[in-house]
Amino acid sequence: MVAIRKNRAACWSAYIALLPMVLTVLGAYIGTMLWTARVSVSSARIFPTGDFVGLGQYERLFRNARWLLSLENLAIYGVLFVAGCLVLGFLLAVFIDQKVMGEGALRTVFLYPYAMSFVATGLVWQWILNPELGIQRVVRQLGFSDFTFDWIVDQDKALYTIVLATVWQASGLVMALLLSGLRGIDDELWKAARIDGIPVWRVYVSIVLPLLWPALSTALILLFALVIKLFDAVVAMTQGGPGTATEVPAKFIMDYLFGRANIGLASAASIVLLTTVVAIVAPLYYARAKAVQRGLK
Amino acid sequence: MNEATRRTRAIAAAVLATACAGTWAAPPAGPLKATVSHWWTSGGESAAIRQFADAFNAAGGQWIDQAVAGAEQSRASTTNRIVGGNAPVAAQFNTSRQFRDIVDQGLLNNLDDVAAKGNWDRILPQTIIDVIRINGHYYAAPVDIHMPAWFFYSKKAFAQARIKDEPRTWEEFIATLDKLKAAGLIPLAFGGQVWQEKIVFDAVFAQLGGPELFLKIYRDRDVKAVASPAFRNVLVAFRQLRAYTDPGAPGRNWNDATALVVSNRAGIQIMGDWAKGEFSAAGQVAGRDFGCFPGFGVKAPYIVAGDAFVFPKTSKPHVVAAQKLLATVMTAPGPQAAFSARKGSIPIRPDVDLSQLDMCARMGIAAMQDKARQLPNAEMLVEPDLNGALQDVLTNYWNRKQTPEQAQAAFAQAMKDNAW
Repeated sequence: MVAIRKNRAACWSAYIALLPMVLTVLGAYIGTMLWTARVSVSSARIFPTGDFVGLGQYERLFRNARWLLSLENLAIYGVLFVAGCLVLGFLLAVFIDQKVMGEGALRTVFLYPYAMSFVATGLVWQWILNPELGIQRVVRQLGFSDFTFDWIVDQDKALYTIVLATVWQASGLVMALLLSGLRGIDDELWKAARIDGIPVWRVYVSIVLPLLWPALSTALILLFALVIKLFDAVVAMTQGGPGTATEVPAKFIMDYLFGRANIGLASAASIVLLTTVVAIVAPLYYARAKAVQRGLK
Repeated sequence: MNEATRRTRAIAAAVLATACAGTWAAPPAGPLKATVSHWWTSGGESAAIRQFADAFNAAGGQWIDQAVAGAEQSRASTTNRIVGGNAPVAAQFNTSRQFRDIVDQGLLNNLDDVAAKGNWDRILPQTIIDVIRINGHYYAAPVDIHMPAWFFYSKKAFAQARIKDEPRTWEEFIATLDKLKAAGLIPLAFGGQVWQEKIVFDAVFAQLGGPELFLKIYRDRDVKAVASPAFRNVLVAFRQLRAYTDPGAPGRNWNDATALVVSNRAGIQIMGDWAKGEFSAAGQVAGRDFGCFPGFGVKAPYIVAGDAFVFPKTSKPHVVAAQKLLATVMTAPGPQAAFSARKGSIPIRPDVDLSQLDMCARMGIAAMQDKARQLPNAEMLVEPDLNGALQDVLTNYWNRKQTPEQAQAAFAQAMKDNAW
């Protein structure tokens, strides 16, 4: 009897402890989402208005060449960035897992870019990549006078410079996640593989990687969030240019929300982005939850 | 008595009236507190706004400065504070359609009695009145006039390329650029950011397309005019300038582009008169080290833009009194002269002491005398979101291999999409 009451009390205290978070979620997340959805079907410009224009803002949005280009850029960027981070992060993790000297120092070095604000590091990247100031100039001064590396001012290649800089930033995070996964793998597996004479790369690909799935899916979800949020790197490095070559949805939304004073269109764009995120992340979460459950059994 | 003297007398009377108004608004008890939101944070800018603050404090007010770095951020903060019911007493906007929605929502106090006492109808340029007087009421106090599309050139670079005269036509301008190129210089100092591309486009549009086409498209939203051969010519001429820029141009900041002219590595920059600050910071003097002209020839259009303060709605008598005093002080001749000299702009009224102004500013004032030359800035005529959409169209045309016809179609589509 006493035990049950104690249990119930613990239950209540847990609920009370959760209350601030619940209120935050309901008010700050769900509430603002609903509000954004409401604004997206109005003709609001600088102020929210109460009128109703149906899907007019959405129609206008999908006629807008810059918005369509932003989505396309984000898709290309997303694939390259996620793949780049996973490959590089995995290789770094495997490298550090070889019990190398100075592991702690290396781990810090690789993870450090993630700890710095991209507004600052993006500016440094901009200088490094600028043909008049950075790598191109230095190499030319070394005597290779026809060396060209001007991706950041090239319409067709500027987006790849954003990929390059952000992979540099985020692959350390993937490394940290996968390293903890690698450390969790039983040494017995390695011994068994060695006895069977299986080559090391084959062990990594066929045994280790599948075992790393929970860590990998965590990394995927985090990277995916970074893709959707992509804004500071673009603003710091190219401001969306040259032209509109590196425009991304988050920048579109910020531009229309503030400078261009059209919160109706900005809200419609936000809702489209949110829908995309939900459509991609929800199955991922589901798969991960399943995998974790299977692991428990 | 000729027309000029009569006007001078009318202006003198107006000045007297404004000067009196300054003392009239002083309250019986304590200073009139006014929180003023603005985005003037750089060295020269904050020195300029301090002239208003000092004049306001001297007239019985108490200026509480609320500077927000960045124009967009500052305007966003003002809008949010108005919505949130914690509006500043006065807030800066560009003299443009940026505050039109706020007026339409009835969230600003009008300045009709300040305007009547100051005789704004008579002393302000019509282009500015058209923006700040909405449905017959004045809703903003203009504080300066900026011309966003001056041509600044390095005298040394011109000498090096053996160019004797400033270009007076578009053809001469292209010839000048060719000579600069032949001399191994960067002909056009260019910053490849959307707003700078728009400034250069508007300069070409106004100078080559002419005021009539400019107004037909930006003011009357005539989609047919966008499809006209005349507008196509403007687009072709604009794109022609790309050949005179250097490979480092994309993404470059405007002041870095100005630095190219300051250091004589580039010939010409098309930029607003705020660029003069960069020249004077390097110890250069207008007329000696660098030259300036607002367009081609003596009848060239002079694009008018600038800054203004609006006064959010309130019925508290002491706040209203503070707002009126602020509007009176900011537009009075004394503070106008002191402000303009530090800001690099020109005063909003002609009856101001010009001794502190540089050569370019005086040229600007002379150009403003001819009413036919005044041309409103595009932002005075189109909403911020249409302006942004047009920037996107132009930057695509500038940076991609688009035909003028594609740009014309995209331009027209942006104009259609903007209308509800």
